[in-house]
This record gives sequence, structure tokens and C-alpha cells, in this order.
Amino acid sequence: MNHLLSTEHLDRSTLEELLDEAEGFAEVLTRPIPKVPALRGKTVATMFFEPSTRTRLSFEKAAKALSADTVSFSPGTSAISKGESLKDTALTIRAMGVDLIVVRHTATGAPWRLAEWLDIPIVNGGDGAHQHPTQALLDCLTIRQRFGSLDGLKIAIVGDIKHSRVARSDIFAMTTLGAEVILVGPPTLLPLDPEAWPVSVSHDLDSVIEEVDVVYLLRVQTERGGASVFPSLAEYATRFGMTPERFSRLKPEAVVMHPGPMNRGVEISYDVADDERALILEQVTNGVAARMAVLFRLLGGEHDA
Amino acid sequence: MHDLLLKGGSVLTHEGISVTDVAIANGRVAAIGSDLGEAGETIECGGAWVGPGFVDMHTHLREPGQEWKENIASGTAAAAAGGYTALLAMPNTDPPIDSAHLARYVSDQAFRARNAYVVSAGCLTMERAGERMAHLDELWDAGVRIFTDDGDTVQNASVLRAAMEYVAQLGGVVSQHAVDRDLSAAGFMHEGSISSRLGMQGIPREADDLTISRDIELARLTAVRYHVQHLSTARGVALVKAAKEDGLPVTAEVTPHHLMFDHGEVLSMDANYRMTPPLREPSDTAALIEGLRRGIIDVVATDHAPHAAVEKDVPFEQSMSGVTGLEWAASVVNGVVGLDQHDFFDRISIAPARIAGFTDHGQPLAEGAAGNIVVFDPDKRWTPSSTRSRSNNSPYLGRELTGKVRATLLDGVLTYAE
Amino acid sequence: MRQVMSTEDLRRVTTRIAHEIVERNEGTNEVVIVGIPTRGRPFADRIARVLSDIEGREITAGSLDIGMYRDDLDTRPRTRIGPTEIPENIDGKTVVIADDVLFTGRTIRAALDALADLGRPGAVQLAVVVDRGHRQLPIRADFVGKNIPTAASERILVRFEEIDGEDGVWVDQGGDG
Ligand SMILES: [Zn+2]
Repeated sequence: MNHLLSTEHLDRSTLEELLDEAEGFAEVLTRPIPKVPALRGKTVATMFFEPSTRTRLSFEKAAKALSADTVSFSPGTSAISKGESLKDTALTIRAMGVDLIVVRHTATGAPWRLAEWLDIPIVNGGDGAHQHPTQALLDCLTIRQRFGSLDGLKIAIVGDIKHSRVARSDIFAMTTLGAEVILVGPPTLLPLDPEAWPVSVSHDLDSVIEEVDVVYLLRVQTERGGASVFPSLAEYATRFGMTPERFSRLKPEAVVMHPGPMNRGVEISYDVADDERALILEQVTNGVAARMAVLFRLLGGEHDA
Repeated sequence: MHDLLLKGGSVLTHEGISVTDVAIANGRVAAIGSDLGEAGETIECGGAWVGPGFVDMHTHLREPGQEWKENIASGTAAAAAGGYTALLAMPNTDPPIDSAHLARYVSDQAFRARNAYVVSAGCLTMERAGERMAHLDELWDAGVRIFTDDGDTVQNASVLRAAMEYVAQLGGVVSQHAVDRDLSAAGFMHEGSISSRLGMQGIPREADDLTISRDIELARLTAVRYHVQHLSTARGVALVKAAKEDGLPVTAEVTPHHLMFDHGEVLSMDANYRMTPPLREPSDTAALIEGLRRGIIDVVATDHAPHAAVEKDVPFEQSMSGVTGLEWAASVVNGVVGLDQHDFFDRISIAPARIAGFTDHGQPLAEGAAGNIVVFDPDKRWTPSSTRSRSNNSPYLGRELTGKVRATLLDGVLTYAE
Repeated sequence: MRQVMSTEDLRRVTTRIAHEIVERNEGTNEVVIVGIPTRGRPFADRIARVLSDIEGREITAGSLDIGMYRDDLDTRPRTRIGPTEIPENIDGKTVVIADDVLFTGRTIRAALDALADLGRPGAVQLAVVVDRGHRQLPIRADFVGKNIPTAASERILVRFEEIDGEDGVWVDQGGDG
């Protein structure tokens, strides 16, 4: 593995190794001194061309917990706003002696271009509506901690799948790890060609709510591509929101997840968000461990067989 | 003594096709036949097709205003290497060609470069804004015969209707980049399984089909000669077929890239596969090939659209739309469609010259006619590795193609020789 | 490949080392055994089992992953990150690190760093099945199963039933055979 760009072509053993190692790093994070010298002397750069404090902080925390140095670039503060091209910016950062770049970009494929231009590992921190592989890793880690394995679990991903890089990454990772994924949403928010995905599809959350082990709620945005994609937030909340009533119909061991930031009262009700079976904060914690595993995998050298 | 002898090629004349020699003197075809006597220079044409130089009715030369991408000298040099002797320059320059002096400037620059004959198309509307008619009369007087806002579509049906009525009265052609603005606005590629996989906003086929359909009805209303640019959908081919069957003066073109590629190429996220209209599905590609074979699609046009590296070596969605094509269009069409010599020259030279109103180009060879000629070897395999264009945004670089230009003559003078 | 210790040899050596640990530390009340994954772990478990028999109480071994502490990641293939599980607070305790082979000493240096991040032991001791020489750091073992002088190109393979399906120690001549 030279880069982490997508979950689409990650095989089961690679995913499981990353999750196993993430467990090891999760333990480090519980220590009084949550830091190991694994990547001492390495420098990790974050290049975020889209505002996301949470993901950037998570990567920086992961790098620091591995004793790597971090540098960060954002278009607001760097030469990008002066019209410098992405390629020139990337080459400049590389020339500073950076060992790995985490990139988030509004344009699909931007991390692939960086991987082509540069000779260092690239981690996709989210590109367009395409891929967000570390989110999938932390989601799978969170589910595995709760259930022991993803094998045979039924996972409903609810909401704007069509425009979601989280969904695209989760679908591949979760199904590769043995889970069954059901996409739930109105037709305007589902992919055009669900038959091409390893999933089933429902327009009715109530019809699947009692049979699933995980309900993964996506963040709702009302406007997409200039056209409205559902009538109103209230109507969305009624049909696809995790209301207390729906929550009460879940299997007793079933859990609720959300990639954040949440719209309380829309895709998830106020009370459900704070329930012990809403794993949202566990996801955040695991995000650091999963990203440590990724950084260590890419910078710690190949491991022996 | 003749200036030049084209020896032993398969020569396309008004009488048909035969293996013979062509002698050139004083810029014109001096004689066609065997034993034509001495010549200053002889080009062996054995195994090659000899016919009228190719005519492209959709070239972006970028001058004036965007010379970092291309200029008239470099664009016409690429054209000569691709076997072209005449080009219709698209008017979406900066400033756009909406007035007579700008149209004259383009032809004059080309005349100085001496690589190809160039006439500019004129804008349909001022500044290609789709609101007020361009100076259509003046443009007509400056030699403009084809009017288009290419790069943009005239969205307002009422504006288009008026422009069509005006152009019809002049005897010109309205040529449309036919894409619905609202359906295509947010899109970057064909809407289908690949856009869905990549999470990219798509452009549905209907963005083209709705506009073509509307335009054909307005052409019916106004009796204007209407030309559809760069067809990309199977339905578009069917619409053109139906219009022709109704006896409407409708013509259409297809680009080499829409014949060769489909949206699967975009999985690479390589910006050299970003174009408007987008690469569509294999079923569309098949319909376009069949449409060109049967003559429903009249013309192969390159839509040669140079963009600099800073505009293409970027993420797909941030790149400029378009690819270069002049140097390999004939090779692509020959390799992908497999037309015989007669139909090949019809689609890439004779038909475009007829629609564009070029009289000294795109005619089967005849004694006394202008020496605008190409020698094309349909069997030669080659892999393009460099370009004469100022830009190298081409998906063909590094791909093996079948068929190669051996020589191009403009008014009897070699503008390209292998 | 040449076998240098049998199943029985391995059993005997483990028992002896367990006794030596008890003797050296005057009992095991203040002793914590931790194995270094992969093959230090079964060795630590076996020592703990013998200690449980000797002391007449349940003693469990821990696991100390050192993958995150190596200083030679650029020059050799890394091992997978394994679990770190320490059965009790190690502050003030004597921690006995168990590993299969003592070679350059770099693994043990990493283990000492890892321990330092987990607490403040009173003392640290080292138990290994095989000491094969070629030290690159000033580190020595407190408890050694067998000293086996080797050439640098040779490999020592310690195998445990739990992981490899068989017990014993072999020397591989190396080379490209
Ligand atoms: Zn166009």
C-alpha cells in the first residue's frame, strides 16, 4: 500500500490488518501519556481545500500521537488564494521535506493527481462526493468494537447517499468486511444505479428499522446542484429522521452512527443523539486511532509477511 | 516541368477512384494520369489515398485573446500535419467574433501563416451572451457563412428563432452547440454508472437531446439551414435522421473522441477525458459510428480545443473542457469507423466544405483545380508522441492509431510531409 | 535447517527460568511478566503458568507491543502492531520482559521505551529462549535458555505450539537456498 485513496479496491485482509493495528493505537490513546515515538522525525502535511476542522484536527492528533511533526496548508492562508495551481502548491510542500500529505478537496480525484505528481504517500481526506477512506475505517472500527465483527451485520445507511463520500467509502469497506448494506433515502438522494453497487435499496426507513444492527445517518443538506432534492427539512425529518419512536423500534443491541457534524432535530433527534447506543463520540475517538494506523502503515515501512 | 508529382496513389476524382499520378504546377492540379513527365519533386503515394485536403468545420484556434493555448499559426500547423487544408474557426475567442473586422483578422492571420485556409464562423449573438443578434449582415459581408455561439448554446428560444430567421434570409447556416444550460449546469461528465461511482455530478443525455429537438422545430419554423455540432447521443442521431426524412436542411457533425471513447475513460479522472458534450455510453458511441457510416451524420469535425497544462493538469472537475484533435482526427476516424475511400473523404472533406461554403477545398481532384490535396495512408500504424499545437491536452498521445497523413498540399505547396 | 532444541529442551528451559525468576526476586509478589509479540508472548504465558504452579496462585502474563517504538523502521521490515495488555499497574514492580531471541538488542531497547510510557517499574529484567550474540547495544539478558553462537547471516527460529504448531528451536543457514 503506497497511498490510501479509496476503499473501493481494499481487500479484506488489508482492511482487517488496518483495523487490528488501529486497536493497538486505540490503546495508546487511553494511556496517561498518549504518545509513541513511532514516526519520530517524519513530517505529515495536511492540505485542506475545504473547511473541515474536525477531520484536520483528527489527522493532526494522530500524527502527533505518533511523534510526527505536522504542517498544515489551507487555501485561505497560503498562495492558493493568489492563484497558484494545486500542482505547484503540492510540489512546494513536497520540497519542504514533507513525508506524507493528507489532502481534502472539493474536486473528485484531486488526491489521485497528487499521488501522480509526488513521490510520497498521499492520504485522501475526502474528495468531492467520491471517497473518504479514513472515515470508513473509523466507522468499521467502531462497529467491530461493538459487535466483534461486521460479518452478517445489517447496516442501513440513511440519507443523501448520492452526494456522500462517506457513503461511497463505507459501502465498499463494510461489505468487504462481510456486512449487508441497505441504502435508505428518497430517490433524489440515492445513486442512479443502485444495481451496480453491492447493496439493496429502500425508500422506507420504517420497513427496515426493526431488522438492522446499525443505522448510519448521513448529514442532510437541503440544496444540491442548484435544485432542491426534497420538499423540506421537516418532511425529511418525518420520513428519514431517527426519531425517538423509530429508535424505540430498533433491536435492543442495535446502534446509531453519524459522521458529524449532526443536525439535531433533522436526521437525528435531540435525545437519540445523546443515547448510549449512539456511537458518535466513539467514532470521533476511533478516528484518531484509525488515522494513526493509516499513517503508520504508510510511513512505518512495509511490514514482514 | 511540373513542380510536384504525386505518384501511384489511389486518387479520388469526379470520375471515381483509380490508381494514378497527379502533377502539380503553379499551385494547381496540372494533370491527372500516367506518364505525366518530369517534376521537381516526387512523392511516392503507393498504398495511400490521394484526395482533397481535409476540411474541419469546428476548430478552436484561440486567437485573438487566448494565445497561451494556441494561435492561428500553431493551430494551422497542427492542421496541416493532420491533413487539413481548410478550417472553420470557432468564434468563441476573446473578444468573440461578433463583428466583421474580427472575422477578417482571423482570415488575414491564417493567410500570413500559410498552413491552411481559415474562415471564421461568426457569433449568433453579441458577445455570445444569447441576448442580442450579432452584426450578422456585416459578418456575412466579411465572408462569414456559419453562425454559432459555440461553447455556449442560445438558450432563449425566442432569440434563437429571430436569429434563425435572419440567417435564413442571408442564406447562412445556424450551427448550435446544443446543450441545455439547466440540465448540464452542475455536471462534469456523462450522467450514468461512472458518474455515480465517482460521486461526480452528471450531465444527462437529455441536456443535448432536448435542445437538438427544440432547435429542429425552430429550423422547421424558420426554414434555416441548421447544423448540430458534436453529437454525443444515440437519440441525437435519431432526431437528425428524422429531420432529414422530413426534408429539413439539417446537418450534423461528430467528433473523433465521441467515436473512439466512452465514459469508462473518466474512471481515470484524467482531465484529458473532460469535454462538452461529455463522453457517453458504448451504446451512444455505436450509434454515432453507425450514423456516420450511413451518412445521417454528415461530417467529422475535430472540436480541436487546446488548453494549456495549467488548465488541464488539475483535478478533473477544475479542468477546462475540451481536447485537441487536428493531428489525429483522420487516423481516429479511419481506425474506428473503417470507411472506404469515397465515404472517408466525403465525411472529412467534401461534406464539411459544402456546408461551410468553401469552394476551393473539399472537391474531388480535377485538372485546373486548386492544389489543396492530402496523401493519406489508411493502413499505417503509428503512435502520436508530440504535437504541433501549443497545447498537449490530448487523450490520443501514446495511443496507437491506424492511418497516417503522408503529405498535405495547400495551393500546391507542401505544408506537411512525413 | 538444523534443530538445536527439542520440545523437551524448551519445556525444561522454561521451567528453569521460572525458578530463577522466583529465586532472584525472592518470590513473585512484585513481579510482572510481559511478553513481546509475536513469540515472546507464548514464552511469557508458559513462564507464568510455571510460576502459578510454584506460587500456588494465578499469575497471568501481559503483552507489550514494541512496533511503535522501533528506531529502525527505515532499514528493516516492520512487524505488525499487536496488542499491549499489562495485567496490573507496573509502578515500582519488577517487570520481566520475555522474548524468544536476543540478537542486536534493538527490540529490547524499544521494549524499555514502551515500558517507560506505561509506568515507572522498580526494575526491569529480561528472559530469552536463545541468546545468539551480535549485540549492537549495551543490553544483556538476566535469564537465558541457551546461548547459541551464530554467524550474522544465520537465522534462529524459535517455534511455539500455540503459533507454529510445534515446539523447538532451529538454526537456518540463511543464504539463498
Ligand atoms: Zn461546442
